[in-house]
Amino acid sequence: MLVHLFTIQVLHSQISSIEKQATTATGCPLLIRCKNFQVIQLVIPQERDCHDVYISLIRLARPVKYEELYCFSFNPKLDKEEREKGWKLVNLSEEYNRMGIPNSYWQISDVNREYGVCDSYPTEVYVPKSATAHIIVGSSKFRSRRRFPALSYYCKDNNASICRSSQPLSGFSARCLEDEQMLQAIRKANPGSDFIYVVDTRPKLNAMANRAAGKGYENEDNYSNIKFQFIGIENIHVMRNSLQKMLEVCEMKSPSMSDFLWGLENSGWLKHIKAIMDAGIFIAKAVAEEGVSVLVHCSDGWDRTAQVCSVASLLLDPHYRTMKGFMVLIEKDWVSFGHKFNHRYGNLDGDPKEISPVIDQFIECVWQLMEQFPCAFEFNERFLIHIQHHIYSCQFGNFLCNSQKERRELKIQERTYSLWAHLWKNRADYLNPLYRPDHRQIWGTLHPQMAPCNFLYKFWSGMYNRFEKGLHPRQSVTDYLMAVKEETQQLEEELAVLGERLANLQKLQLNGNKVKSKQQDRSKELALSASSNSLANTPQEYSNDLKSFPSRSPSQGDEEDSALILTQDNLKSSDPDLSANSDQESGVEDLSCRSPSAGGCLPSEDSGKDSDEAVCLAV
Amino acid sequence: MEFSELIKTATVESVLLSCAGQPAVKGTLCITSHHLLLSSCPGGDGQPSAVELWLLIRNVDAVEKRLVLSHRPVPPSVPSSMGVIPRCHPGTAEPPLPPLPRGPRQWALTSSSPPCPRVQNVGWYQPPRSSGSPRDNRLAGSSGTITLRCKDLKVLQLEIPGMEECLNIASSIEALSSVDSVMMMYPFFHRPQSLRLEEGWPLLPVEQYFQQLALQTTQWRLSDVNRDFAVCPTYPPAVIVPAAVSEETLRRAARFRQGGRFPVLSYYHSRNGTVMLRSGQPLTGPNRKRCAEDEMLLGSVLDDGERGFIIDTRSAQAAKQARMTGGGTEPKSSYPQWKRLHRPLERGRPLQESFIKLVEACNDASLGMDRWLGRLESCRWLSHVKAALSTACLAAQCLDREESSVLVHGAEGTDTTLLVTALAQLILEPGCRTLKGFQGLLEREWIQAGHPFHLRCAHSAYSHARLKQEAPLFLLFLDCVWQLSRQFPFSLEFSEGLLLTLFDNAYASDYGTFLCNNEKERCLCKVKESTHSLWAWLDQPEERKKYLNPLYSPNPLVIWPSVEPQSIQLWQGLFFRWIRSSQYLDEAWAEIWRLVEGSNTAVKESTESRLSRSLSDPTAPTENER
Repeated sequence: MLVHLFTIQVLHSQISSIEKQATTATGCPLLIRCKNFQVIQLVIPQERDCHDVYISLIRLARPVKYEELYCFSFNPKLDKEEREKGWKLVNLSEEYNRMGIPNSYWQISDVNREYGVCDSYPTEVYVPKSATAHIIVGSSKFRSRRRFPALSYYCKDNNASICRSSQPLSGFSARCLEDEQMLQAIRKANPGSDFIYVVDTRPKLNAMANRAAGKGYENEDNYSNIKFQFIGIENIHVMRNSLQKMLEVCEMKSPSMSDFLWGLENSGWLKHIKAIMDAGIFIAKAVAEEGVSVLVHCSDGWDRTAQVCSVASLLLDPHYRTMKGFMVLIEKDWVSFGHKFNHRYGNLDGDPKEISPVIDQFIECVWQLMEQFPCAFEFNERFLIHIQHHIYSCQFGNFLCNSQKERRELKIQERTYSLWAHLWKNRADYLNPLYRPDHRQIWGTLHPQMAPCNFLYKFWSGMYNRFEKGLHPRQSVTDYLMAVKEETQQLEEELAVLGERLANLQKLQLNGNKVKSKQQDRSKELALSASSNSLANTPQEYSNDLKSFPSRSPSQGDEEDSALILTQDNLKSSDPDLSANSDQESGVEDLSCRSPSAGGCLPSEDSGKDSDEAVCLAV
Repeated sequence: MEFSELIKTATVESVLLSCAGQPAVKGTLCITSHHLLLSSCPGGDGQPSAVELWLLIRNVDAVEKRLVLSHRPVPPSVPSSMGVIPRCHPGTAEPPLPPLPRGPRQWALTSSSPPCPRVQNVGWYQPPRSSGSPRDNRLAGSSGTITLRCKDLKVLQLEIPGMEECLNIASSIEALSSVDSVMMMYPFFHRPQSLRLEEGWPLLPVEQYFQQLALQTTQWRLSDVNRDFAVCPTYPPAVIVPAAVSEETLRRAARFRQGGRFPVLSYYHSRNGTVMLRSGQPLTGPNRKRCAEDEMLLGSVLDDGERGFIIDTRSAQAAKQARMTGGGTEPKSSYPQWKRLHRPLERGRPLQESFIKLVEACNDASLGMDRWLGRLESCRWLSHVKAALSTACLAAQCLDREESSVLVHGAEGTDTTLLVTALAQLILEPGCRTLKGFQGLLEREWIQAGHPFHLRCAHSAYSHARLKQEAPLFLLFLDCVWQLSRQFPFSLEFSEGLLLTLFDNAYASDYGTFLCNNEKERCLCKVKESTHSLWAWLDQPEERKKYLNPLYSPNPLVIWPSVEPQSIQLWQGLFFRWIRSSQYLDEAWAEIWRLVEGSNTAVKESTESRLSRSLSDPTAPTENER
């Protein structure tokens, strides 16, 4: 019998929930659900041990101080200079310069230095030139959490812009002159247009309910030259429940097609994704086609507003579809504008009602766009998955805390490392082979199809089922094409070198046999790289009837005898292994057997056929 | 019958053709015995007219007429609910064709309705313009719109000036598209210059398969017991049977199987010598009849102590009920070595209805995201895909993992049976995954095996005609193959393009390959002598390239697909082919070709040319000097 050892690494910060299940004959099962959608079942022989593990994990998974987080102990062996360089990789003032700002319409304002006006905003805020400090401060007092309208994206071709804010404190009738002037200033900064859109990304009912609490939305009568528009995206609580429901569908044991489709429909997840996309498309269209500026807000302007602004920017500007540009986009619309990473992703133990997959939804929107425009993005799916992973991992300092202010106080940049530098260093892994700077698909604004386009939004099994072993495709077309591309490039370089050598040799009246033999090798090499992708593959359970026969299929054998080894978080590893969705986890022989460095050997229960329970992560 | 009798009006000028996602064109419409042509009006400078439409009339599934008695030659602008589609066709001047709902019959006359008298009720009357047509004042300027819904799921709209012309054109198309006589069909008239008639007809595919098999085993022989189709009208003349079984036994066993479809070899699994057989259901009937020869035939497949599986593609209940009508299934007592597994697969009418519902849902622009998945579910199509793949995997697993032989049958053994045996071979056998091998598989397991294409593919998803024998089993097979190609992007030599072409040709074709219901009929109609083979067309180098998968690299392993719902996807390339633009996906595909070809040929060619140049001419500038 074969014995397979699996090594599992799970960062404590990835643990979403731990559940002790009823003790069975083989031991006490512990179900661990992770924020990166991995589900692990451990079966621990002794109940007492199980309880100890449970208690320790609960404590470790819910740190109470930032200092307990992984990034403060994570050391990728970089010196201070490299660390600083890493943090400088993404530079927002450079980004605004790239947009063409400051210019005669927009300027940088120091009104928020020392976070005096709004503590969840960055210190450097871009506002219309005609908006004086008086107007800004006045406007901020009329907005939830004092999040006044500020520039998110500027289109230098037609001066149209995307601004963002929180909801106005309008109640049923309140007005604020400065806020009205602020919106006027935004309109004036776009001389080509005589109105601006104000997009409230909440469902109308929610916005109206807010009026009773003295908040609400802009009254078109009070603001001259605005067109007000609701685009209903549900709130964080609805989204949290929706994800929960969808994950339940993913966890179902051998669901029928109907179970799955109904479950997916009832979760509403794809409907929410589409709502976010629709809002982004509306704004991109207003900016690119109508040349009209847009002010976007929701309630506090840090969740839905961030989603919608970044989707619109991505549609509008090819720069954000490059790897570097995408990092900048997240830094600009999410990190700098005070998206509450700590609360939303539960980095520190906190109110579970604050947790919601807000940025996950944005990342999924990007994936949905990548599916529709396969050549338009410089990066690939893995890039998105790794970013999603690190938003929860707390291995890098980028996504700590709830605002720039908190991060500065914690001296994040001096004490932790930047994810962007890490991803940039490994950028070869994240390239989309189909992306070519001279391909016309990458130019200009993306126009996703609208109606009838429901079928365009698909379930992302690469994300939500990425630890599922049985699913196909597991062979990565991306990796194969990257290999082909690299090899072609390499050969072309070799060719150049050989050509040079040949020229020299010719002078010596020699011939170039060498070149020819090299060239023949090449077809062999390519065949090899492809066949390494064609994996051994075992059948799933297609029938229960076959069990009546004594013979046993190898897949049964594997699982009954497999042992599960849990290693403590290997703090030395800088990159948590995410390759489980790549092609290497399929065949049995691909599972590398690593001797346990720490932790005990825990024999797993006969985990049966439920591969989603005992998920094995190849290292 | 003369085609000319069916053509009431042969040409009409100034017809406006529109089709979703493409600019509308105006031109002269012309009906020939097999085609509908539209050539655009020549420009003022005497340019030759361009043919904008060349539609095989056999491809028309449904004709819908809508007459407008109006002084305006064009009906009021259609609701532009699909206004976003032509974004990628910046030249579009006309609103794209709206998806016309199929349901409301009150305004759409269908092909099953008598053409004329209700016309006044469906149009709306407006006073004719003063400058009306001199021909007929009453119908001055009135026009009609004909919507052609095709079997390949394309929808075309023709705006025809003149009500009479419109009615004539519509009834001509209806009459021509419903010509049912095989020998009147276009393949008997199609004569492409690049091909010879006898080219590409597979010479005895069963015999060829047997030759391969004979190299590995002597337990099987080629029988010509069916040489004049006397034993089984739906089998080819040659079949592969156990060597130990005599012709007489076969004849008797055939009498015990529906349609005379006695168990024959479908696939030999070389890895372990197990076999997959297929047949019709046994005619046990209410009295639990037995047949010694049939038992002997099946018994001879297994050695003593060996066990085999019978995969019945009906539920246990349905198999039992079939006894009432003379059918049934193999009782354990009579076939002790065989274990029966029931895997119900949908076929016939429910499958056709599933197809119709799915196409309807795909065309329904009013569906929101929140209702789309539910609608998709209620069509059940993906459930059928999942069930077909699972059953094929089960058969493959029995052969490869359990090392047991398998017999597959349903009732007639011409539908779900073939679906399962063909898919299982694709999963198990790398040879079937090449373009050539796949053609051979289709020939053996679908065409020669007697899948009644003529009956099953008489109508597609749009037809208003009453359903008779139509069922999209072949489409279901192609969909399953597409799922395999998606799950194993490197393992099939052919691309989605081939599957789409096969779907189109199964329903309406220039070629004779999918004509008739079985070999017997094909012989009677002299299909092989009088029509061209689709394979010959596809095998031409410039055509062939269109159907290849640039990522193909031979995979010697079994490809076990995932049948989890997460892995099964709607085949958008087929069901949305005419609904959404696939421009960006096509560009991606072209980019993949560019990358792969670039690596295969560009370097090689440039190396060769540079080498030969620099070798032959030492003075030629080298790469670096230039």
